[in-house]
Amino acid sequence: MAATRGFALLLCTLLMASRGASLASGGPVQSTSTVTADPGHNTGGGHEAATNSSSADQGATDGHETAPITTLPIVTWKWTHVSTPYLVALWVLVSWICKLIIEANHHVTEVIPESALLICFGFILGGIIWGADMVQTFKLNPTVFFFYLLPQIILDTGYSMPNKLFFGNLGAILVYAVIGTVWNAASLGLSLWGCHQGGAMGQLDIGLLQYLLFGSLIAAVDPVAVIAVFEQVHVNEVLFILVFGESLLNDGVTVVLFNVFDAFVSLGGPGINAVEIIKGIISFFVVAFGGSFLGLAFGLLISLLTKVTQNIKIIEPAFVFVLGYLAYLTAEMLSLSSILSITFCGVSCQKYINANMDENSVNTVRYVMKVFANGSETIIFVFLGISAIDKEIWVWNTGFILLTLFFIFVYRIIGVFFLTWILNRYRLVPVEFIDQVIMSYGGLRGAVAYGLAALLNESKIKEKNLMICTTLLVVYFTVILQGITMKPLVKWLKVKKASVSELTLIEKLQDKVFDHMLVAIEDVSGQIGHNYMRDKWNQFEERWMKRILMKKSARKSRDQVFKVFHRLNLKDAMNYVAEGERRGSLEFVRNETAFIDFKKKFVDDLPDITAGMSDDHTAASSMGRIDQVPSVSLEMHEQNMKGVRQMEDINTHHLLQQHLYKGRKQHRHRYSRSHFNVNKDEDEVQEIFQRTMRNRLESFKSAKMGVSQPKKISKHAKKDQLQKVPNGKSTDNSKRYLAGDEDFQLSEGDASGFGASGGSYPFPMMVSYRAGAGIENPAYIPDLDPMAAKIPPWLAQAELDGEPVAPSQRAQLRMPSDLSRLAPLRISARSNDSFAQADAPAARQRDDEAPAPSKRGGHNV
Amino acid sequence: MPNSSVRVQRARARSVRGSRTGRAGGAAAAAMGASQTRSEHRHQDLADRTGFSLEQIKNLHRRFQQLSGDEETISKENLESIPALANNPIRKQIIGAFFDKRNQNRDEVGSCEQIGFEQFLMVMSHFRPPSLKTTAEEKEAMRREKLRFLFNMHDTDNDGTITLVEYRKVVEELLSKSGAIEEETAKAIADAAMLEVASTNVPAMGPDDFYEGITFEHFEQILKGLEMETRMHIRFLDVDTTTMRCGKFTS
Repeated sequence: MAATRGFALLLCTLLMASRGASLASGGPVQSTSTVTADPGHNTGGGHEAATNSSSADQGATDGHETAPITTLPIVTWKWTHVSTPYLVALWVLVSWICKLIIEANHHVTEVIPESALLICFGFILGGIIWGADMVQTFKLNPTVFFFYLLPQIILDTGYSMPNKLFFGNLGAILVYAVIGTVWNAASLGLSLWGCHQGGAMGQLDIGLLQYLLFGSLIAAVDPVAVIAVFEQVHVNEVLFILVFGESLLNDGVTVVLFNVFDAFVSLGGPGINAVEIIKGIISFFVVAFGGSFLGLAFGLLISLLTKVTQNIKIIEPAFVFVLGYLAYLTAEMLSLSSILSITFCGVSCQKYINANMDENSVNTVRYVMKVFANGSETIIFVFLGISAIDKEIWVWNTGFILLTLFFIFVYRIIGVFFLTWILNRYRLVPVEFIDQVIMSYGGLRGAVAYGLAALLNESKIKEKNLMICTTLLVVYFTVILQGITMKPLVKWLKVKKASVSELTLIEKLQDKVFDHMLVAIEDVSGQIGHNYMRDKWNQFEERWMKRILMKKSARKSRDQVFKVFHRLNLKDAMNYVAEGERRGSLEFVRNETAFIDFKKKFVDDLPDITAGMSDDHTAASSMGRIDQVPSVSLEMHEQNMKGVRQMEDINTHHLLQQHLYKGRKQHRHRYSRSHFNVNKDEDEVQEIFQRTMRNRLESFKSAKMGVSQPKKISKHAKKDQLQKVPNGKSTDNSKRYLAGDEDFQLSEGDASGFGASGGSYPFPMMVSYRAGAGIENPAYIPDLDPMAAKIPPWLAQAELDGEPVAPSQRAQLRMPSDLSRLAPLRISARSNDSFAQADAPAARQRDDEAPAPSKRGGHNV
Repeated sequence: MPNSSVRVQRARARSVRGSRTGRAGGAAAAAMGASQTRSEHRHQDLADRTGFSLEQIKNLHRRFQQLSGDEETISKENLESIPALANNPIRKQIIGAFFDKRNQNRDEVGSCEQIGFEQFLMVMSHFRPPSLKTTAEEKEAMRREKLRFLFNMHDTDNDGTITLVEYRKVVEELLSKSGAIEEETAKAIADAAMLEVASTNVPAMGPDDFYEGITFEHFEQILKGLEMETRMHIRFLDVDTTTMRCGKFTS
């Protein structure tokens, strides 16, 4: 709330500063909207802003008069200079703030869809403008809508289209989009004309052709509105793709129809003969298919281009947008269907550009696409609302408006049911009755219809304003009323919902099995069906399209299953880190106990999986103990845990001190427009890496020896411990011992003894450690604490009992269950165990001092 | 409608085979007529049991004879020689499923060497699409049946669980055609998938537990989210329109 009020105030200030004559109304606009969102809080501010801005209004008029200057002005007021871009930017800001306010109230958007709320906000804003200017200065004009607002939305929907689903249902979608739209247009036009002839509308100057023109502009279901509503409802995927695909394609169809009828209207009744009608039909197909093919061509062009853009990674994503937009404009230029063009451009390029481009670029494309699409969608809805508040367009004709609403509703239902009835005869999985209801109810009209209505030529169509008015009413009726009732209806009819769970690996695998199985069954039954065709297409694509359009490197990792696997692994790794950080450090990750269970699970039955850890395995099995892992009692474990906890606290502090890199070259900021990570110092990265590796090795070593020597080396740690553990050293030591044993790697070890030999990679480093054992970092001389060897008797007992400490229940719990997916990786890491063996002599040296650990060390050898 | 010559030929083939006579009642009818009615009856019988329409059965039967070379049974080699199948990575498993006794709705295990048309049809019937008339329970049953089929396909040793070894084989075969993925990766993927099943179904696994394999229940559980309705159907030619008609058409 505070945030929204803050925004409102900021906006008021901005608007006051702008002093635009028309914009003066913007101030109260915003505050009023805040008032609606937050009643009784901001009224004062709003009022103030209103008065302020109206006073500013007067000042504005003389603000931009350019008088001859007599002296050099220090600053001048140049409103006219910036007015247009300024107004655009402000309106964008206002629309988005409306969205912000709406989205801040989740309980409202639960009930009323966002699109409806945005339109309502538009009403309020429009009302305020009207109140200030007494004329509607801002409304959605078709040029802005079709050239600057619509393309990105369509491109985004095309780009994020679920291709398999879309093409799988393409037949049905085309039937709905083409035949359904033509049916809607024709039936509405004819019925209205019939009613007009019957005298239901009084005196109107509309002929049959005009009615058909009107029918065609209002026939199409609007993708923007449909997505806005259906997105929140989560219907099953088939239903979604049918509604969504239809809305997307029928926009193209409706624009084409509109143009044809517009031409017919221009020709006039007598000028239309059979030839013209046939030409109209041909033009319909040429325009629709031509647009689609142009889009495909552009899509392929983008794919080809992204194949070679790896050297200009920064502007790589922009190609997609520029070429997409060019596809739209080119189609417009050739008077082909621009909507279909940009749709198919997005659909055809998505796969290849996602594979070709750098991952960062792909994310950028996705994100920017959404930013544009969502942004302009918001603007469209707000302006649909604003456009309503205009006295000029409100020409009321009860008969015309109500009949239009009624016919739209009824013919949509008839159309959907009839077409589905036909389709169901041929569809493999028939569309269910309930789905048909939702489909017919989901016939939302939107901004495209309004844009087309605004395009009407007033000289040819006398009742243009009535048509605009009706179109707007239809839009409001469908978006607001049907939008609000959609959700309850879906619930009430128990429409099959989409499962919202994310795709698991096994599901993806099974999906693939299905694909192949269906093809095989079709082959066996000797039919050329859907799956057969898809298989053939896939083969063709594999062989030709990918070769031409995809980078060689990209072709490799394109397998779906592999991608899911990769993604899941990434997610695990992230969970892993998050889990570790929740506990203070990543220590638990390296906890040996965490993966013993996995090893045990698989070691016995599946020796091949453990190939990577043969070192460990042989060592373990030579002792013959691997199968009889005893478990530590719970109490004991608790104690251990406490110790671990404390140790971790200490270590974390120390770790931070150690690992936060103290910049040698401070503030050496470099700037590059073409690279991201110019400010990363190679040396720095290298050093951080080395330090980490060093620590890891050290902790491996120490843990394997059963003593946690290096920890005591640290001076920091000692200081901390002395403060924190007043009991004295012996408890401290024992605790530390526990920690070292149970928790395996307290990686805090100070890199003692490794400093000098610290190579850059773990394995060479291992060797160099053996060689350079004597070279020690003078900063940290390991003082071997004899006390460290003291083991509490109970633990010694446990030590004697068995080698690998089995994880108790609790230890199991500490490992989140999903993490187990990473287990194979960890297993291979265990081959490092050989380090421990290598270190054994060192352990022996301490034998006389530390009897119990020596036993442990002995086991390990 | 198939022309009568095909029908005659088929009828003859069947009478040679000496198949069940069905309920052919036309003793007085001409020999050809009788066998024709008999085949109709037989088909009707099969249609009742598998849910296929007569037209579909006729079509499938034609295909069956084409595959078997007018024999009354079909062998693995017959299926393997289908050229279109050559590129299918899981060809072996699918062909195996045809000869798997578990898929014949009987309580037997193991696989047979040869199958007749009836068995062929039985396997095919797993891929029948639902119609609008199918009720929710029937759909659920169909879904289960399909899952069972899939499960049986993976469970190559008939022991009721898909073990890791078995599943790995599936994944390896599945990915074998994509070329770029190495065997190791396939293994890792299979392992990860297995762990996924394990972690979903046995959330609190004890330290000594060993997840021995996917049982059918677990299999069902993990694939719950998968929309089978759109995934395991194929269109059989000459779909009888009576089963597909939208009965609730209203407007």
